Amino acid sequence: MSMRALYQEVILDHNRKPRNFGALEKANRRAEGENPLCGDNYTVYALVDDQGVIEEVKFEGQGCAISKAAASMMTVRIKGKSIEEAQELVQGFRHMLTGELEGGEKELLGHLTVFEGVAQRPERVKCAVLPWHALLAALEGGEKASTEGEHDVWHEE
Amino acid sequence: MEFSAKKRAEAAERPRDWEEIRSDFPILKQSVRDHPLSYLDNAASSQMPQDVIDRLVWYHSGEHSNVHRGVHTLSQRATRAYDQAREKVARFINASETKECIFTSGTTESINLVAHGFGRLFIGEGDRIVISAMEHHSNIVPWQILADEKGAEISVIPMSDRGELILDDFDEMLEGAKLVCVNHVSNALGTVNPIEEIVDRAHKKGVPVLVDGAQAIPHMAVDVQELGCDFYAFSGHKMCGPTGIGVLWGRKEWLEKMQPYQGGGDMILSVTWEGTTYSDLPFKFEAGTPSIAAAIGLGAAIDYLESIGMDRIARREAELLAYGTDRLQELGGIRIVGEAADKASVISFVVDGVHPHDIGTILDDEGVAVRAGHHCAQPVMDRLQIPATARASLAFYNQEIDIDRLVAGLYSVKEIFGV
Ligand SMILES: Cc1ncc(COP(=O)(O)O)c(C=O)c1O
Repeated sequence: MSMRALYQEVILDHNRKPRNFGALEKANRRAEGENPLCGDNYTVYALVDDQGVIEEVKFEGQGCAISKAAASMMTVRIKGKSIEEAQELVQGFRHMLTGELEGGEKELLGHLTVFEGVAQRPERVKCAVLPWHALLAALEGGEKASTEGEHDVWHEE
Repeated sequence: MEFSAKKRAEAAERPRDWEEIRSDFPILKQSVRDHPLSYLDNAASSQMPQDVIDRLVWYHSGEHSNVHRGVHTLSQRATRAYDQAREKVARFINASETKECIFTSGTTESINLVAHGFGRLFIGEGDRIVISAMEHHSNIVPWQILADEKGAEISVIPMSDRGELILDDFDEMLEGAKLVCVNHVSNALGTVNPIEEIVDRAHKKGVPVLVDGAQAIPHMAVDVQELGCDFYAFSGHKMCGPTGIGVLWGRKEWLEKMQPYQGGGDMILSVTWEGTTYSDLPFKFEAGTPSIAAAIGLGAAIDYLESIGMDRIARREAELLAYGTDRLQELGGIRIVGEAADKASVISFVVDGVHPHDIGTILDDEGVAVRAGHHCAQPVMDRLQIPATARASLAFYNQEIDIDRLVAGLYSVKEIFGV
């Protein structure tokens, strides 16, 4: 796989100009996502209404291009979705990164398939998935997601 | 199997050139992702030359048995080779006695041994432990654990933006101190610290000094008596030896007073239900069956390094460092982190607008192995206000071409990221 296939223009663009970047004052859900091994650290904020719809979502923090672009594109994608829809997206995203996409998931992911190349780089999968895990933790009432240790959402199942 | 004597005799006649020396390392002959491998992660772990690999194979195929336990021939062979490895270590670092060299699993265990055996005994409530700002986590965390347990406090020797220790307030810091912990060479920055000065000043106040030599021992001739320190710790796998073996050198006067670190077989003279008497040095600190093969492998690595000569290695690495530093600086938008006047061949750097992790992936795609991250030295990163760096760490078996490939890879990084 060429590096251009991994670092697609969309990814580089979101890395340079992350969307929905910054704190969300009125958030009612919030969780941190960290990768202690490489120092990536994000906070994901969400405002969820009574019907369980994600009205707004923002993030802040620092990390590599893959994790930052994944966070940025996630916020764009997730806004206006229900918690269940968000959970389905996380599931599909994870399946894509482990090369286990199921029927219909590719269509569901749409634009997010620009991250498909990450599956060829197992050591970078954690980067792409980190913001999604933080989002999931926030939506499910947790405070923290980590690529390691007790908050490692990846291995919870 | 005396590779060493033969090698040394040969070397005296005709110094082998670096091309030939590189070809001693079979692992470097492979391609990675369709590019010749340029291995620039030597500070994390160095590679083994064929001599060391052969020595391990020979041990496992002709000598393996437990040590110090058997009357039979194999056990005697293993014991002899193991004891010889310790003698090689002692000679290599110029220890005044072989029994001052304790085999451990690595630098980390060596430091923990001192934290237990020395720290528990001599460091109490309100005492101070002085630690430099540029330590690896393995020379921080054992002291934090001890300080918590004992109610001792930790003082940090500050560091400049260039990555040099600031010793202006060092004398005051030594008041009430029971130990100074400092690395000889920083793994994150490459800084060579002025150990002799630190030891002199600490000893004037009666404070012993532990030196983490993990990054110094592969790069320069180390003479523990000349340095004057009290403890010196290092790992085999960073000096062309195998993993699972390391050394703690300590002054006999301290080691004799210290408590054993672990209890078990091989470290006792007699055990009864009434009590136990410990063995003499070094065995008091080597409970259980040691890493026999790895220790023998370390001995072979020492033979190999000596066959080239540590001074020659240091000169060669200084050349490579100068070449690498120049070539990196010619690329715009790159900042070298760690610019001490006295530096070992470690080049930490950041590229504006690109996270080190992404640099690491793109370089790997071109066969160039570097490390990206905080290098187990998070306080160094915090001090310099950067999350991480990319790090190219050079060994004597690297060549200018490896640096050229690194630079080519960095051009790709800049092109892909448009910076
Ligand atoms: C300066 C320094 N100290 C200690 C260590 C720990 O060595 P080991 O993991 O072999 O115990 C390292 C290794 O990265 C190091 O660079």
